[in-house]
Amino acid sequence: MAFFPLAQRRKWTNRVALTLSMCAMTFGLLWLIWILVTVTGIGVSALKPALFMEMTPPPGGQGGLANAIAGSMVMVVLATLLGTPIGILTGIFLAEYGQRGWLAEITRFINDLLLSAPSIVIGLFMYEIYVARRGSFSGMAGALALALIVIPVVVRTTENMLLLIPNTLREAAFALGASRWKVILMVTVRAARAGIMTGVLLAVARIAGETAPLLFTALSNQFWSLDLNKPMANLPVTIFKFAMSPFPDWQRLAWAGVFLITLGVLAINILARTLLAKRTEN
Amino acid sequence: MEIQQNLPTAQIQIRNFNFYYGKFHAIKNTDLDIFNRRVTAFIGPSGCGKSTLLRAMNRMYELYPDQRAEGEILLDGTNVLAKDADLNMLRARVGMVFQKPTPFPMSIYENIAFGVRLHESLSRADMDERVQWALTRAALWDEAKDKLNQSGLGLSGGQQQRLCIARGIAVKPEVLLLDEPTSALDPISTARIEELIHELREDFTIAIVTHNMQQAARVSDYTAYMYLGEMIEFGITDQIFLSPKQKQTEDYITGRFG
Repeated sequence: MAFFPLAQRRKWTNRVALTLSMCAMTFGLLWLIWILVTVTGIGVSALKPALFMEMTPPPGGQGGLANAIAGSMVMVVLATLLGTPIGILTGIFLAEYGQRGWLAEITRFINDLLLSAPSIVIGLFMYEIYVARRGSFSGMAGALALALIVIPVVVRTTENMLLLIPNTLREAAFALGASRWKVILMVTVRAARAGIMTGVLLAVARIAGETAPLLFTALSNQFWSLDLNKPMANLPVTIFKFAMSPFPDWQRLAWAGVFLITLGVLAINILARTLLAKRTEN
Repeated sequence: MEIQQNLPTAQIQIRNFNFYYGKFHAIKNTDLDIFNRRVTAFIGPSGCGKSTLLRAMNRMYELYPDQRAEGEILLDGTNVLAKDADLNMLRARVGMVFQKPTPFPMSIYENIAFGVRLHESLSRADMDERVQWALTRAALWDEAKDKLNQSGLGLSGGQQQRLCIARGIAVKPEVLLLDEPTSALDPISTARIEELIHELREDFTIAIVTHNMQQAARVSDYTAYMYLGEMIEFGITDQIFLSPKQKQTEDYITGRFG
């Protein structure tokens, strides 16, 4: 062994580096697993049919989260439907049309700002331009605030996924005599669609748990209401309210809500990963 | 007289052609005829402008704002470099196959139908027939006929390149531009493509850029040798390879240079 001092040193350096990175990984993973175990442990016990069938109760009463679940779904779906087309079209513009133009530069800069804007700022903004003017909190305002969070995420992923498509593929389509919009629609977007879908799903996962933008817009609602012009119940704000309360029933429901959101976000992330894996297979 | 009558006509006439990448003068005052239903090979060291010249014939350079062409390229007498030329029509008449196989992310059938639909509206039966015709001409029908609905990305490299050729000829162009079509393929696939070029010259005018001198000698009727953006020598392939007139050409094809 003395004949290979260099090899020995490499071996030890490798071991030390490997141990350090394993420790770092364990440290990070520990908290995540702890959170998951705690949430699941307390959340599962609250998982009863009543959770999905009954409204949020007054303190001390029996009830579930039906109105909050429905409200969250309505607003998340609406925000996705509003934000996705704008996001995808903007991403297409940035990647395919205005790569070097001033308009693209400015759009990209503003999009980056929007991407890193704290969500409470977006909530306050929507309060000012929508809620304050109409004089009432509403589900629509909540959906609009969430859509504002969806847009920059989708813009960024769409642009990045389109830029990954090699230029040779575009040239091949142009060489057949295809017009630009056909090349984009039929070839490049198609080639990038799994990646673009992944971006949309990640945006959905992101807004599913947002509390701050809803606090100033949709607020909350004790009762079942799908009226977009009225305050709308939703999981994050309900959790916020119930978890802070002194009532054990409310706290239990808050944990159930946390468990539901965690499960939902986990499912969406797994779906996104499968989609992306499919893409790389191709 | 007999020989005179058999002389092919020039389908593409390049006249006083110059090409610029920004300020860089890539092709200088070039004149050349590309003959109808013949294979013309472009050889020369990397960066000599042969691919650039090829990409000018279907105005591929239009995709890049800092590239610019001057002079004339006449296709059947009409200048394709004219500002008012219809690019999509031009590209329907002048097809192109690239160095790397570029199947679209769709089925084998759709890969071929895509280009055809851009220029013609065919009934389902006619389209089926066209797809079969193109795949047969590209020597891919036997391998692909049972998986027309499968993704074109699932084919091997050589099959993908033949799919790209099928896609190109399905539009029924007059000219086929091949930009190093075999440089990413193994020898067996290369041989198949070369055979294919031999058969395709019955119906199409072919211009091929290649780094492989033997390939140029094998597949082409005419050869053009370019160097640093200039057309050094052009002539019948056998003459270029057996008795080149220019010393530079001889040095290149014998491997003493380049």
